[in-house]
Amino acid sequence: MKISREDVLRVAQLAHLELAPEEVETYRSQLDEILSYVGKLQELDVSNVEPMTQMRPRNANGPGSASATGIEPELRDDVVVPCNVAEAVLAEAPDAAKPFFRVPKVIER
Amino acid sequence: MSAATPWTVGSVREALVAKKVSARELATEFYAQIARRNPELNAFLALCPERAYSQADRVDAAIAQGRLLAPLAGVPVAIKDVISTQGVHTTCGSKILETYTPPYDATAVERLENAGAVILGKANCDEFAMGSSNENSAYGPVRNPVALDRVPGGSSGGSAAAVAAGLAVVSLGTDTGGSIRQPGAYCGIPAMMPTYGRVSRYGLIAFASSLDRIGPFATNISDAATVMSIIAGHDSNDSTSAAVAVPEYLAEIEKPVTGLRIGVPEDYFGAGLDPEVKNKVQAGIALLEKLGCTRVPLKMPHTDYAIATYYIVATAEASSNLARYDGVRYGLRVEGNTLMDMYRKTRERGFGSEVKRRIMLGTYALSSGYYDAYYLRAQKVRSLIARDFAQAFEKVDVIVTPTAPTPAFKLGEKTADPLEMYLADIYTVTGSLAGVPGISVPCGKTAAGLPIGMQVFGSHFGEARVLQLARALEKAGGFSI
Repeated sequence: MKISREDVLRVAQLAHLELAPEEVETYRSQLDEILSYVGKLQELDVSNVEPMTQMRPRNANGPGSASATGIEPELRDDVVVPCNVAEAVLAEAPDAAKPFFRVPKVIER
Repeated sequence: MSAATPWTVGSVREALVAKKVSARELATEFYAQIARRNPELNAFLALCPERAYSQADRVDAAIAQGRLLAPLAGVPVAIKDVISTQGVHTTCGSKILETYTPPYDATAVERLENAGAVILGKANCDEFAMGSSNENSAYGPVRNPVALDRVPGGSSGGSAAAVAAGLAVVSLGTDTGGSIRQPGAYCGIPAMMPTYGRVSRYGLIAFASSLDRIGPFATNISDAATVMSIIAGHDSNDSTSAAVAVPEYLAEIEKPVTGLRIGVPEDYFGAGLDPEVKNKVQAGIALLEKLGCTRVPLKMPHTDYAIATYYIVATAEASSNLARYDGVRYGLRVEGNTLMDMYRKTRERGFGSEVKRRIMLGTYALSSGYYDAYYLRAQKVRSLIARDFAQAFEKVDVIVTPTAPTPAFKLGEKTADPLEMYLADIYTVTGSLAGVPGISVPCGKTAAGLPIGMQVFGSHFGEARVLQLARALEKAGGFSI
């Protein structure tokens, strides 16, 4: 068994998920099956392999700024541009008091 | 037109230019079809007739004034519901975004509309694009128009079903582990995942950011190439979009394929592959040889590790990306006594079980004490899978495989076993992890009449080559082999 009931509850807490009591065992057995399958990754020797931390495709066909590690990200100039979307964004909020999002009280005295 | 000859980008254009139909009449015709078929198929979650008709009227005005028509003028399209559309509900197939209306358009949507496309509405999908059958949509499953008791594939099931049923001429889907190509195969239409970075993801609601891509469904390769030529290219709003020149796909696809080297990896033809699928894909490869291509046997030894790698990398990224749904800024809020209580209740009520499962899996893989064993190791194996592809493309021009190990399965057949569902993506996740482009094209049917898909992978930014091979197969009758 890769994953215990306590693991499921711990992970649910980390992920801010509330689970119904009857869900805990279902998720435990499903996650256990998936993690057992994923265990096959331990078969490989990866001691000299670099992790792929980002996806940067190589330009295989011609011009472009291809480097040994792939296409360099295209960075835009660091200039301020107007972004007048506050009202439209706040309009989607479940509870807003312009210019703020309103949430239950966080700080207790 | 009869159902047997579906509208294409080309036939829409001809009919508009010859004034046989107006863009408004065409949109009306498509909405009538949707009204008739959608209650059964459930391919569309939302329709936007106001937006569609005003766009159609602009196209009709351009025709009346004798102006040059944009490449997709008047073409009715469907957009997967994980792609933002200003003023049109975008739910991601989730209860947590049931009431969400984006304040802006995705770049791909904006480009389609600028090219004259008429957006009919939003296509159903698995919740946050997590699924292989469209059964994880909070708004009910989509039925496969080819066989109504079967799934259309997922997660872009609605986008695939809409085009296959003639309810849209082309559509946009998204592909993270096979979510364009696999439904394309199940519904019997061409479906393309471009290179990572080829199409802007601005406005695509994120699932797994190092894997997510937007791409087209169409009924023929020329239409897929047309859509690609419009949505591809750098976008300053997406820092991962690549500044690589976009070829003239429509010209490229007609080039002869003589002398192309077709890599056939034995690792994709082993245990678990349905014999009917295997036979048809082998017949497709034989047809390519007849067209002058050279078959090159390949070994891609890390293929068998792709599903395990994918379900760690993708879920880890998802657990981070979906942290934003907390009841504060958009979508559902379930009130609680404290902020934490509100977060938990909102997410409990708003997310479906597959989304929760993946968030928990990803959280576990990233958590203290497990990070090295799972996430870091998966990233290293991902490098090995990418290396398999890089080494293969030193020897071959394209790689040909089955798209999925079986044809479309029955609704409800795999819902009880998440791992079994994941294995439906066994041949598609490899290319997702490596960042290469891939297409699924029809490759005949089973004896029972279910579509079979052949997958063609190209090297990074090699979409033109992939489409060229697909077009050669289409011309040679390979789609109905």
